[in-house]
Amino acid sequence: MKHSEFDVVVIGGGHAGTEAAHAAARMGARVALVTLRRADIGIMSCNPAIGGLGKGHLVREIDAMDGVMGRVADRAGIQFRLLNRRKGPAVQGPRAQADRALYRAAMLAETENRQNLEIVEGEAVDFLMQGQSVAGVVLADGAEIPSRAVILTSGTFLRGVIYIGDISRPGGRMGDRPSVRLAERIESFGLPLGRLKTGTPPRLDGRTIDWSGLESQPGDEDPVLFSFLSKGVTAPQIACGITHTNHRTHEIIRNNLSRSAMYGGHIEGVGPRYCPSIEDKIVRFAEKDSHQIFLEPEGIDDHTIYPNGISTSLPQEVQEEYVHSIKGLESAKILQPGYAIEYDYVDPRSLTLQLAVKDVPGLFLAGQINGTTGYEEAAAQGLVAGLNAALFARDEQGVTFGRADSYIGVMIDDLVTRGVSEPYRMFTSRAEFRLSLRADNADQRLTPLAISLGCVSETRRREFSEKMDKLSDARSRLESLSLTPSMIRHAGIAVNQDGNRRSGMDLLAFPDVNFEDLLPFDGTLGGVEEGIRCQLKNDALYANYIERQKRDIEALRRDEGHKIPVDFDYAKIDGLSNELKAKLLQSRPENLAQASRIDGMTPAALTLILSRLRRSQGARSA
Amino acid sequence: MDTIFALASASGKAGVAVIRVSGPAAHGAASALAGAGLARRGMAVRSLRDAAGQLLDQAVVLTFSAPASFTGEDVAEFQVHGSVAVVSAILNRLARMDGLRQAEPGEFTRRALENGKLDLAQVEGLADLIDAETEAQRRQAQALLEGELGALAERWRRDLIRAAALVEAVLDFADEEVPEDVTPEVSRCLDRVEADLRRQCEGVSITERIRAGFEVAIIGAPNVGKSTLLNALAGRKAAITSAHAGTTRDVIEVRMDLAGLPVTLLDTAGLREAQDEIEEIGIALARERAEAADLRVFLAEEGEQLDVKMRPGDIRVLPKADLRESPEGAVSGVTGQGLDDLVERISAELSRRATGAGIATRERHRDAMNRALAAIGAARQVLARGADDYDKAAEELRSAIRALESLVGRIDVENLLDEIFASFCLGK
Repeated sequence: MKHSEFDVVVIGGGHAGTEAAHAAARMGARVALVTLRRADIGIMSCNPAIGGLGKGHLVREIDAMDGVMGRVADRAGIQFRLLNRRKGPAVQGPRAQADRALYRAAMLAETENRQNLEIVEGEAVDFLMQGQSVAGVVLADGAEIPSRAVILTSGTFLRGVIYIGDISRPGGRMGDRPSVRLAERIESFGLPLGRLKTGTPPRLDGRTIDWSGLESQPGDEDPVLFSFLSKGVTAPQIACGITHTNHRTHEIIRNNLSRSAMYGGHIEGVGPRYCPSIEDKIVRFAEKDSHQIFLEPEGIDDHTIYPNGISTSLPQEVQEEYVHSIKGLESAKILQPGYAIEYDYVDPRSLTLQLAVKDVPGLFLAGQINGTTGYEEAAAQGLVAGLNAALFARDEQGVTFGRADSYIGVMIDDLVTRGVSEPYRMFTSRAEFRLSLRADNADQRLTPLAISLGCVSETRRREFSEKMDKLSDARSRLESLSLTPSMIRHAGIAVNQDGNRRSGMDLLAFPDVNFEDLLPFDGTLGGVEEGIRCQLKNDALYANYIERQKRDIEALRRDEGHKIPVDFDYAKIDGLSNELKAKLLQSRPENLAQASRIDGMTPAALTLILSRLRRSQGARSA
Repeated sequence: MDTIFALASASGKAGVAVIRVSGPAAHGAASALAGAGLARRGMAVRSLRDAAGQLLDQAVVLTFSAPASFTGEDVAEFQVHGSVAVVSAILNRLARMDGLRQAEPGEFTRRALENGKLDLAQVEGLADLIDAETEAQRRQAQALLEGELGALAERWRRDLIRAAALVEAVLDFADEEVPEDVTPEVSRCLDRVEADLRRQCEGVSITERIRAGFEVAIIGAPNVGKSTLLNALAGRKAAITSAHAGTTRDVIEVRMDLAGLPVTLLDTAGLREAQDEIEEIGIALARERAEAADLRVFLAEEGEQLDVKMRPGDIRVLPKADLRESPEGAVSGVTGQGLDDLVERISAELSRRATGAGIATRERHRDAMNRALAAIGAARQVLARGADDYDKAAEELRSAIRALESLVGRIDVENLLDEIFASFCLGK
């Protein structure tokens, strides 16, 4: 059977795949989403939560581009918490426990309802090739799906091996087959592959847990949602439980370390340091006699509990024993044992900033296959690959996200410039312009770009432009205030009597001044709605810092503007050390900003590259 | 856009030195140094003055306006007398102005390129020029880091990573078992760095050193002829000399002029196992002074090991030329053999340090340390407000780290994450 032609085929219906398919479809491309089973779309194979610090920022940014993850998570959210609520808005991260079934249903509905997007059930086993270019996908049943571009989001399925103690078997996720043939094809492209691992905890039956003596962690009273379009929580809300490992738990694990896949020497892949197995925690931090475990319900109508904090690759009977040693879990039933999974990833340095494979036209990679971990990181890459595959399919210039504009830009740049040494996870500390890249202003940073690309719905465009009008109106009213110190003091605000006049924005920059304190100065300010007030306060809070970073941001944007051709001949640059030449050749940076982040790069070397760029441009135009 | 400045003429002693300033604040800087009323584009002979109004030099001041300048930006050029003291005083003054910083190698060229001011032929010849600039600066920086600043910079690096990592751990792992308030430990780290930086900044700058003089220590085993050499150099009997080992129990200083530079020669007690307590104190003092001196002259045989380490630029000369069969490479304070040669070597080394890249590098480091101090001060203020303001504290720490990058090396998020994961058991 031969399918009708598509512009973009997406392989994989996980978080990267769905976001990629939606992004390409919003761009107007005809998209096929190939997945093993329709029911797998939007599946959360690890913990049932979305967002968090850094990750919440990514979800907001995806939403600002009119992506799906934020809206779906809002619909499936059964406990919302804004992390770092007491700290500054730049480091606040929205997070939600999600009902697995609701999430899957909402994602499937979104996907089925999306115009230009067709779901194809099947196993992708190979690419259709046209010379060196990828021109479609071959399914296991022999069917061919020709397309202009293919996005591969195969997660851990590339030569995935699952370990439970000393038992191992091939598998991308519990119950699924790995893609060996596809892995071989990828290998034939000569892409550098590496091996990573990750783990999951045993899943417990919530009805067999004794909740009575356990601490409970409720959600926030005023939930902060992900999507700029969501108006409120829809699913019923729950609390999570908290328990702890103890001396006895640690003893059991310590006595069985040699039976752990990781400590028994079965696994060679590198695991994430921020997501260690319980074995790791006990070995590396031997002095700690207790570790925290969050008991996260997987859904409203689901008894499964995800005990966050005890991922493991010990044999099943040891898992039973140590779980039962934990308070509240004495007679807990394990529904599915914890396991470790080891898989291949493609060194992301072989990708462009558009997530296209440098040497294989038509092929884009997104998600865990690029060495990342986490749903949010995967989805954000899916978005980038989806937009760019659609642009590629119609022979248009790709779109890149910069480090000064978004966490998405930070992540993509980190990946393709520096590669990974462990599964890559977003942290707010990775963003050097953290104070400007906030979850609260993701729409202001990215929605204009999305509108110019044409990938937003009419509703979003309208709501955004209304919000921007209100914001700029309220801001200009604050800025036009010109208040003397004595006027300010009369309103009950402590201020230096230095004779300087201050605007409303100046006053908002004081940590203890709120929008409400400014109402006496301008009667019309009372009509400004809560969201706008909050936004102005956040902007004012960091105004000084953001002003200070402006020069750095300008310099960065200027460097990003100096594009370096793929075939740029570094060998011809006199005065560049051989070591630097080799590094440049290996990473083939796409612009000067990227080149500047290569280890050992100097300002002088950048000037040399720029002068060479100028020369070749001059030669071309001459 | 920052405004950048640098000594644009070749380093070394010259009749005229050219200092170039480029960027939006260039004309403002020129007015601050040379007084108001300069033309947007023109030439004037002016008195350059320091912040207190003291005369620094008479100079030719050239001003150019964007885009009609070498870099395409506003540019000011000062042609001053090529004295080391004058040049370094002016660089120092510029570094203290708001929005100004020393140019990186190749940076003027970079701006000229950005603004389309170089034709293809000019671009061709750039490589060598930039390469030479970079190499000179690299050597200078390395010499400093191998010497006095090396161990300090290493310690600063550790403390800064620790401080930033603690703050970031609280921010990025809010949901985990990390301490909520890390201010006390962060403050201790910053205390140490701050104290060191302050000491360095308050110490003698190259400008002051040129005015006050360099210290040159003569080092060697007892009775090898150090005091006799000093007397010969100074032309008078400043130190007591006798044929008895261990005569010099204190550090004796003689101020003199070597090739136009003021120099204080230090005669130190011979480095050996002390015979008595007083000598022991003398030797400890000698070692301390010798370590702190700008330059050390080792009066020692080839391969002879002394307690004081030889640093790049230090001089070794063989003792007692008058008693040797071949006096090559040796000096004698008794007969004066090899004395001129030694004076030549000392003054050449000191001149090298006192000119061009040497001053620039030292001024650059001083500037970096001053900026870091300001950022650390700001970080402390924010830290004192508690964990709720760690987002801002982290930003100030980032500024401090960036300011010191040329000294402590690049510190990025991976260094912080390494520290975080080594210190805390994180992750679910």
